[in-house]
Amino acid sequence: MNGWRCRRGGPARRRGFRAEGMALFIEQLVNGLTVGAVYALVALGYTMVYGVMRLINFAHGDLFMLGSYFGFTLLVATFVGSALPLWAALPVTVLASATGVAILGVLVERAAYRPLRRSNRLTAVVSAMGVSIFLQNAAMLVWGPRYRAYPPWAVPDVRWEIGAVHIGFMQVLILMVSILLMAGLYLFVQRTTVGAAIRATAIDHDTARLMGINVDQIIRLIFVIGPGLGAVAGVLLGLYYRQIHFTVGWSYGLKAFTAAILGGIGNIPGAMVGGLLLGILEMLGGGYISAAWKDVFVFLILILLLIFRPTGLLGERVAEKV
Amino acid sequence: MSLLELDDVHISYGNVQAVKGVSVAVEQGEIVTLLGANGAGKTTTLRAVSGLLRPRAGHIRLAGQEIQAAAAHRIVELGVAHVPEGRRVFATLTVEENLNLGAYRYRQDATRVREGRERAYRLFPRLAERRGQLAGTLSGGEQQMLAIARGLMADPKVLLLDEPSLGLAPKLVQEIFRTIGEINREGVTILLVEQNARIALRVAHRAYVLETGRIVLAGPSRELRQDPRIQQAYLGMGRKPAAGRRPAQAGQGSAAVVSS
Repeated sequence: MNGWRCRRGGPARRRGFRAEGMALFIEQLVNGLTVGAVYALVALGYTMVYGVMRLINFAHGDLFMLGSYFGFTLLVATFVGSALPLWAALPVTVLASATGVAILGVLVERAAYRPLRRSNRLTAVVSAMGVSIFLQNAAMLVWGPRYRAYPPWAVPDVRWEIGAVHIGFMQVLILMVSILLMAGLYLFVQRTTVGAAIRATAIDHDTARLMGINVDQIIRLIFVIGPGLGAVAGVLLGLYYRQIHFTVGWSYGLKAFTAAILGGIGNIPGAMVGGLLLGILEMLGGGYISAAWKDVFVFLILILLLIFRPTGLLGERVAEKV
Repeated sequence: MSLLELDDVHISYGNVQAVKGVSVAVEQGEIVTLLGANGAGKTTTLRAVSGLLRPRAGHIRLAGQEIQAAAAHRIVELGVAHVPEGRRVFATLTVEENLNLGAYRYRQDATRVREGRERAYRLFPRLAERRGQLAGTLSGGEQQMLAIARGLMADPKVLLLDEPSLGLAPKLVQEIFRTIGEINREGVTILLVEQNARIALRVAHRAYVLETGRIVLAGPSRELRQDPRIQQAYLGMGRKPAAGRRPAQAGQGSAAVVSS
């Protein structure tokens, strides 16, 4: 790992202020990409559910939050954290949390959304908000109202310096894991027949049925993938910031939702691009203007988007011929 | 036993009765057409057969098995493919992806899917040229070919076709109906819904005429073509000799379809 420390201080300092500014910029960029990757993973859940059901799943942020808590409990209170070596404990934690949250996702769909499939969209949104409140309160009752902290030993304290730029292990891990997951999801949706069935269902439920596609099954699959990815993001974020709280689903969820809108809701690559872009904008705004205002930037973006470009950056690009 | 049998089927939308006791039998190997004006209940009937709508009363049987309560994807698995009105191709998917989805029920069987595609490209060579293109960029006629080919991909016993002539130029209509005849000769039973009675009666063996949710007339196409009521209402031949001066005029129904 020392090989990464190619230069220490000296040359960078000599290059003076401009080089330091550059380093700050790059660090903020890396920070932005890191949180952006988390936003992107969560945004995928919003965008896929919207794409297939035209529903904003307001409970999605809370499923993500539960992923954080599941990971926390697995690491702190079970044999996973105590008996397994760290390199094994982390993947087990991530996988188990994702599985648990995916099961919850399917249950939420079954209980709160499927009965409303044929009612109007506002009803389903209200139901989603109800689920959100339910999950938040459940988390508060189970894990308590105070902040919980991921154990420090769970994250190897490794930092690399490249020039004057510092990069942490968790940042590299988050970027790698999320890029792998997003690439995998993209290939699945674009290259497989089941992926094509998801896209077809998003276009037209009835015609998808006429192809022999079980639309209920596709929706269930969406509620496995979305919450599963959200849970991975939740564990990663817990490891990154250490602190978790039962309200993070709301704040991060809303940011991920903004990312989904930014990329064009319903559009899978859009959610990926939107997440990364929003993370970078937030961190650059926070770094250069004021850290206290970074949430303001994010939600300013949301409002401006909803007013001026509700289809987002990549939304609805192919014209349909009737 | 008929291959497909509708027995006193009633269908309502809320309080509105759209189909009021329709009975239709389609024998193995036949082309049967349902004729009627807009709103007669033709499309509604087809949607009930493929499971998109649930009849309020009555039975629908496929080879003797009741299917009126089955889910739409199950009915595809049982051997009914429905090519919907207005084509409904998946615009942002490629031609080939559209075809593959038609074969969704045996997607695990790569050989069968490939053979299905080869058959589709043989019947509609223009689709082969455009296999990588997004379906939304095809012309109306090509989209109709794709919709039919996609339905055939399911390898159905019965193919339901809803208004394949809708919005197409006469020459394309001829071409598509030629292929429909060919598909039938390959052994696929077809239930065809059409407003263009002239061409439907040419290709079909038998026909039923629907008016406001009821069957008012049924028989072999050859007989119905001679029936004065059909000639007057659906083939655009008036009782008066003036009819001779409007040779290419199709019925009241098809006059309205060259839009979209």
